[in-house]
Amino acid sequence: MSDHDVCDLPGIVARWHHDPANLVQILRDVQESCGTIPSDTLDQLAKLLNVPRVRIEATASFYSFFHAESHGAYEILFSDNVIDQMAGKAELKQYLCERLWLEPRKLSEDGLVYVDDTADIGLADQAPAMLVNGFAVPALDKARLDLVAELIRVRKPLAEWPPMLFEIPDNIRQPGPLTGEAFAPGAALKATLSRGTDATLAEIDSANLRGRGGAGFKTATKWASCRKAEGEAHYVVCNADEGEPGTFKDRVLLNSHADLVFEGMTVCARVIGARQGLLYLRGEYRNLLEKLESVLATRREKGLLGRNILGYVDADGDFDFDIEIHLGAGAYICGEESALIESLEGKPGKPRNRPPFPDRCGYRNQPTVVNNVETFACAAKIAERGGAWFAAMGTPQSAGSKLISVSGDCQRPGIYEYSFGVTVRQILIDCGAEDAHAVQVSGPSGTCISFREFDRRIAFEDLATAGAFMVFSRERDMFEVARNFTHFFAHESCGFCTPCRVGTSLLRNTMDKLAAGKGSAYDMNEMKNIMHILRGMAHCGLGHTAANPVVQTMEKFPEAYERRLKRLDFEPAFDLDGALQTARLITGRDDEWAHLADE
Amino acid sequence: MTEPKKLKVATCSLAGCFGCHMSLLDIDEKLFELVKVVEFDRSPITDIKHCGPCDIGIVEGGVCNAENVHVLKEFRKNCRILVAMGACAINGGIPAMRNNVDLWDCFQEVYHYGIGLENGQIPNDPELPLPFDKVHPINEVVRIDYFLPGCPPPADAIWKFLTDLAAGREPKLDYEMLHYD
Repeated sequence: MSDHDVCDLPGIVARWHHDPANLVQILRDVQESCGTIPSDTLDQLAKLLNVPRVRIEATASFYSFFHAESHGAYEILFSDNVIDQMAGKAELKQYLCERLWLEPRKLSEDGLVYVDDTADIGLADQAPAMLVNGFAVPALDKARLDLVAELIRVRKPLAEWPPMLFEIPDNIRQPGPLTGEAFAPGAALKATLSRGTDATLAEIDSANLRGRGGAGFKTATKWASCRKAEGEAHYVVCNADEGEPGTFKDRVLLNSHADLVFEGMTVCARVIGARQGLLYLRGEYRNLLEKLESVLATRREKGLLGRNILGYVDADGDFDFDIEIHLGAGAYICGEESALIESLEGKPGKPRNRPPFPDRCGYRNQPTVVNNVETFACAAKIAERGGAWFAAMGTPQSAGSKLISVSGDCQRPGIYEYSFGVTVRQILIDCGAEDAHAVQVSGPSGTCISFREFDRRIAFEDLATAGAFMVFSRERDMFEVARNFTHFFAHESCGFCTPCRVGTSLLRNTMDKLAAGKGSAYDMNEMKNIMHILRGMAHCGLGHTAANPVVQTMEKFPEAYERRLKRLDFEPAFDLDGALQTARLITGRDDEWAHLADE
Repeated sequence: MTEPKKLKVATCSLAGCFGCHMSLLDIDEKLFELVKVVEFDRSPITDIKHCGPCDIGIVEGGVCNAENVHVLKEFRKNCRILVAMGACAINGGIPAMRNNVDLWDCFQEVYHYGIGLENGQIPNDPELPLPFDKVHPINEVVRIDYFLPGCPPPADAIWKFLTDLAAGREPKLDYEMLHYD
């Protein structure tokens, strides 16, 4: 009955070289072939890998996509970003559940299908979207869900489902140097090899390339520092854990410009002297895996990867470099570079103490460059065309182009590539969002701007962004947008530090209290206090920014909050009389003391 | 010469174990200094049943039943400053461990299936406080001004906290009084 095969545990472990550092990959393969990771599998893995069971269990229980209980032959996860909600996700989810005669978060009676939510899956331009057994299905509507329900009802294996369900267009609306120009694989490498590593690093430096993941650290500085650091080996890691809700530019780069990204990694390898590279691909982009593997295979055939790249031999020896793809398993926190490295090493994705930074002590405690997908793509272009060409675009502090992932209330959602310095207003005109009221720049952890600030610019010196650009029209309730984000952060907090683990939950609960019409000015103050604690005491960026959506919308759209406040002083967090109902039923009491009057 | 006006203090224990009150008494001989500046209103120490207007109200324990709500609202109404003392008042603490158990199951276990019970009945006397389905921290029911953490808070922390308040200072506890490992 199951769509899943019998699990060949020793085979999976052997495929990952019996290395406990590959535990996340091993668990992924187990999950994908069995549909679950049963408890006795953990014991067997502990024996096969010769590590304590708790280590296996710590990792297996950390990631959202791993579960010990069966989710049936078909596991359906609806993307639950606010953009999906605006596109009617709740209604469509209910529709599918009714079609399949089941309740969310409960395996169907026949053990066939399971429906739940998951965090944004990188398809905000084609919302609402969902994952079926890990594979993305975009642009949901009732007709497509009818088809899905029918395929499940006749128990058609996923591999035989119509391919059109899984078609994901790039939606490149405004191409630029990265997305619009043809790139001949090998061009950047040849230029690098003929120019030499010092000169290539100098080009990256003069290009003034800064990290595209949002933080904007200067790439040449990172590479130079990693190159100088001593270690047994150097590593290149590409961060493709594009988890920030509303961002999907890396999906498009990897789908259509993977050569550019891999070439950028190879250029970096040459500069820092690395022999191994890793692409950490978020689990939600599972559908890209085979395609990316085939791009890697082609590059090996062409001599652009593997032993003796381009036949090059010099005083330092041969140029050997290869890239391995690791898949994530549903953890937003793994986009933080040190958590990503922990995950690559088979551990729960909890951020490390920094410093030391990865450039000195990264993957397997060796010097490691971790860069965003887009940064590597830029690096390849710079290696090919030179730093001056790149630096001529954008602003003095933010050189080059930036991919913007536009979604929400606009006519043309998709990828827009601009030179840095473009105004928010220009983007809104281009994407057809005349009645925009607010824009969430760079996702929940970024900046919420109101219609009064549309002349601000996308640039590190003004609005730094990893690329998300969610548009909200006048009709949208910005309180609900912020509330969605507090649920996101509470779910994605890794739980390592108390301020974040507890603080994000308190924020979520307080926003839910306001949404239930039980808010007071006291709660508003409490949320501001929690923000100070998160900013000052959380272990990593997730906690530092988790209160941003609340605080910023409170400041910019106070009316969205004020109309939810019941009293100025205080209002209980729960229905006092309602919470006595169970005990009234049990005891059969209905006397005066068995009730609490609302004052 | 008139004596300086004493601060009026009320205390109570809701869903708690009286451990915080024991810690309050644990300030030992400083109790003599304390009663020079404070006067106790409603409190297990005085056995006064209802409180009048007070400067400070100190609440131990979380909220587990309807009576707790009445007491808590009386305190909020009468006390200028209301303090949540100890882990149970702040988070629900040990009593909140029952939040993972269905209330029906709790009653069944206690009154029907417990060891040694025969023909058990669930009591329905109006004099008995009616339990909530979950135990809540007190700040979910009334506004709280200060939180004094610990299980229980050390006697020195309670002393420092009360004397700060009595002297009209913003209470401030050093790190040593707030960490427990």
